Amino acid sequence: MMKDLKNIIESLLFIADGPLTVERIKNVLHLSDATEIRNMLKALSEEYEARGGGFFLREVAGGYQLRTRPEYTEFIKRLIQPNPQRLSKAALETLAIIAYKQPVIRSDIEQIRGVDCGGIIRMLLDRKLVRVLGRKEIPGRPLIYATTRHFLEVFDLKDLKDLPTPKEIEDLGDSQTETSGPPPSSIPEESAGSEEKKS
Amino acid sequence: MEPYKIKLDNIFEGPMDLLIHLIKKNEVDIYDIPIALITDQFLEYIGWMKSMNFDFAGEFLVMAATLTHIKSRMLLPVHEGEAEEEDPRLEITRPLLEYLQMKSAAESLVQRNLLGENTFVRNPPREAIRIAPEDEIIRAGLFELIDAFQKILEKLPTEHRVDLTADRISVKDRISEIVDILEVRGSVTFGELFSSDADKNEIIVTFLALLEMVKLSLIRIMQHVQLGIIRLFYL
Repeated sequence: MMKDLKNIIESLLFIADGPLTVERIKNVLHLSDATEIRNMLKALSEEYEARGGGFFLREVAGGYQLRTRPEYTEFIKRLIQPNPQRLSKAALETLAIIAYKQPVIRSDIEQIRGVDCGGIIRMLLDRKLVRVLGRKEIPGRPLIYATTRHFLEVFDLKDLKDLPTPKEIEDLGDSQTETSGPPPSSIPEESAGSEEKKS
Repeated sequence: MEPYKIKLDNIFEGPMDLLIHLIKKNEVDIYDIPIALITDQFLEYIGWMKSMNFDFAGEFLVMAATLTHIKSRMLLPVHEGEAEEEDPRLEITRPLLEYLQMKSAAESLVQRNLLGENTFVRNPPREAIRIAPEDEIIRAGLFELIDAFQKILEKLPTEHRVDLTADRISVKDRISEIVDILEVRGSVTFGELFSSDADKNEIIVTFLALLEMVKLSLIRIMQHVQLGIIRLFYL
């Protein structure tokens, strides 16, 4: 067993140009067992948390990546000019539909949104958030869409299973039009879904 | 009756957004939509858009037709003993709920620590890896591809058994397999996609998958000038 394994892995994380998978580290280090790598990644992550420095280790898109802490965003933005290509609300909705319903064809997306989505899908393809999986063997052979690895990276997701569970819709308008009694107990109270998991 | 006033600051993207707005505005239960009221207001809104020469999409008319249809079905008497029909309003409630769910999903997505927004990664120089001249690659044409395909077919054992039990893989499935490989590795050589124990059917499906992928501009196929190795790059 390599004695500086943790340091070696840290150096790889430092230099990697994308999330680094355990598999990749294993190949680079010619190791046969991934357990030790996982342990070291865990140890590194705990070190960063204990130190509370400017960056931390995130498990994202199937790999591990050093990322700056959200607290310091303001200063980073002063140093580098990130390209402010914000997604519009419509684009986000379309992306969410593709993420949750994939593999999905355009007409299914448009069915849910009730409007034409061709332009938005093209933009999402261009920005590599969405990819074409192939064609569906139905009349017209429409393209099948799914999200990319880049999507996982941008939205800070480990994998597709990491997508937040869509909240049940319970609070549209006021469900009590006549009475002002207590709210019905059948309403599922879901705790805030935007909680950040700390690993 | 109080005239229905429309605020100008509400520009709806589609009929679903307008419906949601009307439901919220009237403070009604989505599971118990007063269909006559909502339909009237919806039609009123369309009328307003027309009078303003607003360029609105046909989708609004489709929705208006759906609403009117539901309204008329609600008026039909329910006969005793008939198989219980579901509430005609479900035709609109179901898609509304699904749309709202996706809207809230979009909101929770955007609240995450977005890369390039709330969190950043180091940016390694992109041009760090230069291709040496002898490693020059050219875009491979269809004929090079067919040649390579021929070679792989020649390597096949000349058995003509047909295995009826074998699972046939579709071109579509093969495409997603290849995409998965490319997602991880970025590029792959032509030869690697054809395993040595593959049967003819599988080889042909793989080749068709590649052609389809080029057509969909999912991949770029390049050939090494010296070595003649054909490589697929994920776009």
